[in-house]
Amino acid sequence: MNKIFEVPLYPYARHADQDAHPPARHKVVVVGAGPVGLAAAIDLAQSGVPVVVLDDNDKVSFGSRAICFAKRTLEIADRLGVGHAMANKGEEWNVGKVFFGDRKVYDFNLLPEDGHQFPAFVNLQQYYIEEYLVDRVRALQAEGAPIEMRGKNRVTNVSDHGDYAALTVETPDGAYTLETEWLIACDGAGSPIRAQMGLDFVGRVFEDNFLIADVVMDADFPTERWFWFDPPFNKGQSALLHKQPDGVWRIDLQLGWDIDKEAEKKPENVIPRLKAMLGDDVQFELEWVSIYTFQCRRMEKFRHGRVIFAGDSAHQVSPFGARGANSGLQDTDNLIWKLKLVLDGDADQSLLDTYDTERLAAADENILNSSRSTDFITPKSEMSRIFRDAVLDLSEHHGFARPLVNSGRLSVPSVYDGSRLNSADQLPGGPARTRPGAPCPDVPLDAGYLLAQLGGGFTLLSINAEVPDGFEEAGVTVSSLALTTETHTALAERYLGDATCAVYLIRPDQHVATRMDRFDAPHFRAALRRAIGKE
Amino acid sequence: MTDALTLTPNLAKPDDSYALLLAAHEGLTKAQSDALNARLILLLANHIGDSQVLKQALTEAKRGLRDD
Repeated sequence: MNKIFEVPLYPYARHADQDAHPPARHKVVVVGAGPVGLAAAIDLAQSGVPVVVLDDNDKVSFGSRAICFAKRTLEIADRLGVGHAMANKGEEWNVGKVFFGDRKVYDFNLLPEDGHQFPAFVNLQQYYIEEYLVDRVRALQAEGAPIEMRGKNRVTNVSDHGDYAALTVETPDGAYTLETEWLIACDGAGSPIRAQMGLDFVGRVFEDNFLIADVVMDADFPTERWFWFDPPFNKGQSALLHKQPDGVWRIDLQLGWDIDKEAEKKPENVIPRLKAMLGDDVQFELEWVSIYTFQCRRMEKFRHGRVIFAGDSAHQVSPFGARGANSGLQDTDNLIWKLKLVLDGDADQSLLDTYDTERLAAADENILNSSRSTDFITPKSEMSRIFRDAVLDLSEHHGFARPLVNSGRLSVPSVYDGSRLNSADQLPGGPARTRPGAPCPDVPLDAGYLLAQLGGGFTLLSINAEVPDGFEEAGVTVSSLALTTETHTALAERYLGDATCAVYLIRPDQHVATRMDRFDAPHFRAALRRAIGKE
Repeated sequence: MTDALTLTPNLAKPDDSYALLLAAHEGLTKAQSDALNARLILLLANHIGDSQVLKQALTEAKRGLRDD
C-alpha cells in the first residue's frame, strides 16, 4: 500500500526552539494540521504573519473523513491557492435521490446557478485537501513566506499569561516550551487544548451509531447522492452512498445504539452488510472503516484570551449537511484578517470578539440545521417516526411534501446579519443576497471572476459609479475595483437589483460591510472604521 | 397579524364531515390509522400554509393535555 495518508508529509525534525533558553516567542502558533489549521496558517503566511503549525501526527488525515465541500469553501480555498486543485480533482455532483423502503420517492437537483467559478459541491477525500494545503505550505516556504510545520509536536499544556500563551510541547526528543502571542486551536472535536483548559463543550448527544465504509469499486452508479430511509438491506435504519474520486465510494450505514462497535468494524461483519446493499456480484475493496456517533454542541465562546478555537474544536455537528469542515474554513476566513489587523496594531483586541459573535451565530445555525436533519433521519419517538414516514410516503406523489424531507440541509455560508461590523444598507432596491453581512456571490467578468479579483484586503467595489482610486482610513488601505454592467447581467442581478449603480465596501473575507447608491466619502470612511471595530 | 385560526363553526354539514373522518379509519390497523392521521395533518397543514394559524391550532389542540 502506498496511499497518500500513509506517507509522512511533515516528519519530525529537531528544531532550535527545543534548545532555546528562554523559550522562543512566536507571533502565532496553530495547533492541528487538518484542513482548518492549515487554512489558518496559509492565510496568515500569505499576509506576511509568521506562523508555526504544530501537529501530533506527521501525515494527512487517515481515511477520507470529510468528503463534501461546498462552493464557498472552494472560493475560500481559491484565495489560499488550492481552490482549483480541489475543484479539478473533486467529483462534482448535482443530483440527489431519496429512497424509502424499496422504492425511490423523489430526486432533487441542486440546479447550480450559472456564472460562478466553482460548482455547488464537490466530493473529495479530506486527505487530498490536506495534501494540497501541505503542498501550498511548501510552495509558500519556497517563496520565503514565514510558515513552518512541525510534525510529532504534541501540545500537552497551555497557559495564558495575558500578553502571550506558553505551550508545553511533547516530541520524540522530549518536551520543550514555546511561547506565542496568539494560539489558534484547530485540534479537532476532541480538542486536547479545550479539555486541558477545562472549557465546556455543551450540546446534544445523539444515541446512534453509524458505520462509514470507503470502498473501492468499479460500479456504474452515477455521481449522485443516494439516501435511503429504511432500506431492505438495512431495515429500520438509513443509508447513504456518495462517490469520491479514484473509484472510492462513501457508504454510511446507520446501525442503532446498542451495538458492539469493535465487532461491527471487523471486515467479516462489514462485508456482508455491504454485499446486502451493493449486490453479491459487485467486487469491492475496503479502504477505510470507522464507526461514529455524533453530537451537536459548541463552546460557550471561541476566544479565551490569547487562545482562539476554530473548526471542530469549537463546534461539532452531525455529518448530514456537510457543515463541519465547510464551517471550519469559514471560521478561519473570518478570523485571520481580524488577527492580522490586531497584530499590526491597526485594530484593538476587541475586534477578535466579533469573531466570536459572528461565528457563534453561524455555529448555532449549523447546529440547528444539522440537529433537525438528524431528528428526521433518526426519529426519537414513535410519533416522530410516524410523521417522518408520512412525509416520505407523501413525497412520492406530492411536491408539497418534498421540502419536508430532510436527509441533510447542505452547507451554505452564514450571513452576518446584525453584526456590529456592518454599516447601514444605503442601496435602495439592492438585492437581499448582497446586503451588509452577506458573503459576496461570484460573478463572471470579461476575464475571470469577481471573487478572484477581490484580493485579501478591503475593497471598494463600484458598479456604474464613480469612486476614488482607493483610500486610506485608520491605517487601513482600501483598494478599488470599478466595474460596469454593460456586458455583465449577473453583476446587475446580484449587486444592483432595482438600483442603477452601487458602491460596496467588502471585507477581506469577502463579506459586505456596507453598500450605497454612490460613493459618499464620510459614509465609507465611517463604515471602514466600524468594520475594524473602531466605531 | 395574519389570519386567525377559525374557531367558530365552519363546516356546512358537520355530521357528514365527522362521519367522513371516522369512515376513513374503518378497517385500518392502529399503525395504519396513525399513518393516515399523520398524512392528513401534513396535507392540511400545507393547505393552511400560515404557520401562525398552525401554531394556534397546536395550542388549542394541546390545551388540557399537560399541566403546564
